[in-house]
Amino acid sequence: MFGAGGGTSSYRETEDTDLVVLWGSNARETHPIFFHHVLKAIHKGARLYAVDPRRTSSAEWADGWLGLDVGSDIALANAVGREIIAAGLESRQFIEHATSDFEAYKAKVESYTLDYAERETGVPAESIRELAHALATAPRAMICWTLGITEHHNAVDNVLALISLVLLTGHVGRYGSGVNPLRGQNNVQGGGDMGALPDRLPGFQHVENDALRAKFDAEWGVAVPPQRGWHLSGMFDAMERGDLTAVYCIGENPVQSEADQKRAIGLLKGLDFLVVQDLFLTKTAELADVVFPATAAWAESEGTVTNSERRVQRVRAAVAPPPGARDDLAIIFELANRMGGAWGEPDAETVWNEVRRLSPVHTGMSYQRLEELGGLQWPCYDEDHPGEMYLHSRLWEDPLPGNRVPFVPVDHDPPVDRLSEDFPIRLTTGRRLDSYNTGVQTAGYTSPLRRGESLDISPEDAERLGLEPGERVRITSRRGQVEAPIRVDESLRPGLTFMTMHFQDDVAVNLLTIDATDPKSGTAEFKATAIRIEKLEAPVPA
Amino acid sequence: MTDDTRGLSMTRDPAPDADSPHAGQAPAAQPLTEIVLQPPARSSRPPVAPEVVAPPPVELTIDGVPVSVPAGTTLLGACRAQGIDTPTLCYAENLTPVNVCRVCVVELAGSRVLVPACSRAAEPGMEVQTDSERVRTSRKVVLEFLGSSVDVSLAGPAVPDGSIADYMARYGANPSRFGPPAAALSAGERDDRDPGHHHAPAGDARAATVAQPTKVDNELYVRDYSKCILCYKCVEACGEDAQNTFAIAVAGRGFDARISTEQNVPLPESACVYCGNCIGVCPTGALMAKPEYDMRAAGTWDPAQQTVTETICPYCGVGCAVELHVQDDRIVKVTSPLDSSVTEGHLCIKGRFGFEFVNERPKT
Repeated sequence: MFGAGGGTSSYRETEDTDLVVLWGSNARETHPIFFHHVLKAIHKGARLYAVDPRRTSSAEWADGWLGLDVGSDIALANAVGREIIAAGLESRQFIEHATSDFEAYKAKVESYTLDYAERETGVPAESIRELAHALATAPRAMICWTLGITEHHNAVDNVLALISLVLLTGHVGRYGSGVNPLRGQNNVQGGGDMGALPDRLPGFQHVENDALRAKFDAEWGVAVPPQRGWHLSGMFDAMERGDLTAVYCIGENPVQSEADQKRAIGLLKGLDFLVVQDLFLTKTAELADVVFPATAAWAESEGTVTNSERRVQRVRAAVAPPPGARDDLAIIFELANRMGGAWGEPDAETVWNEVRRLSPVHTGMSYQRLEELGGLQWPCYDEDHPGEMYLHSRLWEDPLPGNRVPFVPVDHDPPVDRLSEDFPIRLTTGRRLDSYNTGVQTAGYTSPLRRGESLDISPEDAERLGLEPGERVRITSRRGQVEAPIRVDESLRPGLTFMTMHFQDDVAVNLLTIDATDPKSGTAEFKATAIRIEKLEAPVPA
Repeated sequence: MTDDTRGLSMTRDPAPDADSPHAGQAPAAQPLTEIVLQPPARSSRPPVAPEVVAPPPVELTIDGVPVSVPAGTTLLGACRAQGIDTPTLCYAENLTPVNVCRVCVVELAGSRVLVPACSRAAEPGMEVQTDSERVRTSRKVVLEFLGSSVDVSLAGPAVPDGSIADYMARYGANPSRFGPPAAALSAGERDDRDPGHHHAPAGDARAATVAQPTKVDNELYVRDYSKCILCYKCVEACGEDAQNTFAIAVAGRGFDARISTEQNVPLPESACVYCGNCIGVCPTGALMAKPEYDMRAAGTWDPAQQTVTETICPYCGVGCAVELHVQDDRIVKVTSPLDSSVTEGHLCIKGRFGFEFVNERPKT
């Protein structure tokens, strides 16, 4: 949107902002130390709004909770935008100076009245109005989101709808204002920064831009393929078509993490050749033709990772890896050398310095500076550059350097997995505080908080279905079926249920989820599955 | 608002029709793909935080030496800036001072009582004595009271490192002068005492103590309240200063005061979320992660053999700085540096305890 993918603000700014909107994020549990910064802001008088189908532990700290129906985010965001315009609270100065296509946005959101949004999202019109006015009148405000926004079939549209709100209110490019995707993994930001995206080279440089690609061709002495590749879900589609027959999978457990697990396993099994590089013999590694045991990147390797405030930080080896396990870098170098490349000896700092030569936004980040300064935030163009605390400050410069930022109007489009008479209940998935993803790492420690997998259900639905707390039920979606005990959870509204993905060995939740993916980001709609719940004594349908 | 005001005004629009540099111009639409294909334009200079106008510095004297410090500096900060070693127990850089331990007291001209250096802000013209007879006596007695009633063998200002012994030697503290310690109480006995009721002296001139069995009620950390000096740091870290969970507070009064969960329930039944930030700030080793507790019990805990390596937590994308304490090639403890702008020394349950998967990988 703005030309580089990253949160625009720093954590320290959160403490000085006036309004935080957590939209599709339960940061209290999933980003606990970021939430510490939010709590500091709250204690200083900032307001917090939580937009989430569940009344989460984050929402418990909020001034307002907007409990929308799963997948109705755009209806809500557009209604917030419409209300801001209708009340004359948009930042005309910023809109005229730094943006384009405002009129198209205004026309698009015109039909998203508060009444329409209340019907479509389930959030009272008055709450939507309150959020709109709070956002538009706050001196500083930030919108933060997590997978509640991005694990949808229209993930990019969801993000665009939120970006439009900060363009409308001028809450970007200033201290204490911004839009911030809270990253789910310790280097998901760094992975994207380093070009682990189908269309980008390191430093967000587009692979289809000839001038940028030529720089890499020259450094590497090979011709980089000039077309974008596939993202993860695109790869699965390519496997289905037979266009992709060999996969080298590093540090990922798609057998358990992919939506529509049955399909994912079938496609992985159908590959001619599967290589898995991981710390553990994961369920995916069990399917592999070749497994490379790797080191734990954060404790057994040297390198860098990048966090949700774009801060590049050093990771260091503290313990020796198990015998036979090798650093990711060493494995890749060895492969390259055996294939006839002359890559020499692997060394993290040498590779990093290559990144610095090729990616202008990382050029100023020497290992020495990273160590002395406790990390640096990109962009950092040279060794005298302090790194950027917040992005897009250019949007407030006069004259405006570079392009205007366009409003991209988007329409509400409900989840693909529609509710029906057969599948009347919405299931959404997420993390809990003490566990992590498919549980491969967190299973290693004993948490007093851990209670295993359950189907969390509202008290109303539990009563309606005649279910006792702890009772095991059969959960069926259009793709699969699992059994799990129920847990009655008052944070859930009738019609909404919740499961994690932490205990896939016990309950393979991803047998249920849908792999309808966003065409732009390739993210699957883990957040919206239609299910039915049956008591176990009910006869199994043939 | 004090936002940097170069270029446009960043305050709210004065009026919807305010003059704008582009007034009357139709915004030029840019095709999205063109923007994405090009690197983003740079700002003309790096963005900065709004400038805070520094108030004039404060002039005072410490031990007769004229000193100038930034306004808002505490007397402790001023002493440390002068290289004066001032003992602390309840003070931590990442917590609000609660000034309860009183070992940091200094003498202030014109003040009837000694003042806690950790929380008293420097004021113009103050005359501070850090090593007067009153200060030395007060620190000595405080250390004696604590030493006679609490197991301070591991206590130290920053981490449980036993360095309190140096201060005891410096001030000539003799905790045993109150007599031999009274017998330890049985489990739960202190917790069940009625608040506010005094107990008749036993008559055998023994020093009252808080000795009691260690509470071990979960797999992640233990609470040995015979080592608790009631510095409140754990309460602050569990409360508003960091975690905001409020699982613990001070219960009881006077010598019966103690740190307790609500209704004194075991931790797994309490509001505790096991962030362990209470362990991170505990200066006496009363709160201790289970691996360290077990290793100490087995006699294998050996800080001299440990390395400390700073790296980044492997879990969510916040990017918390963690320090891995490693002994015999195993991670035995995780802490976070106080000066990390990300964590300010605090972690969550995964960051502090979720390292076992590294240790559990087969090493042979």
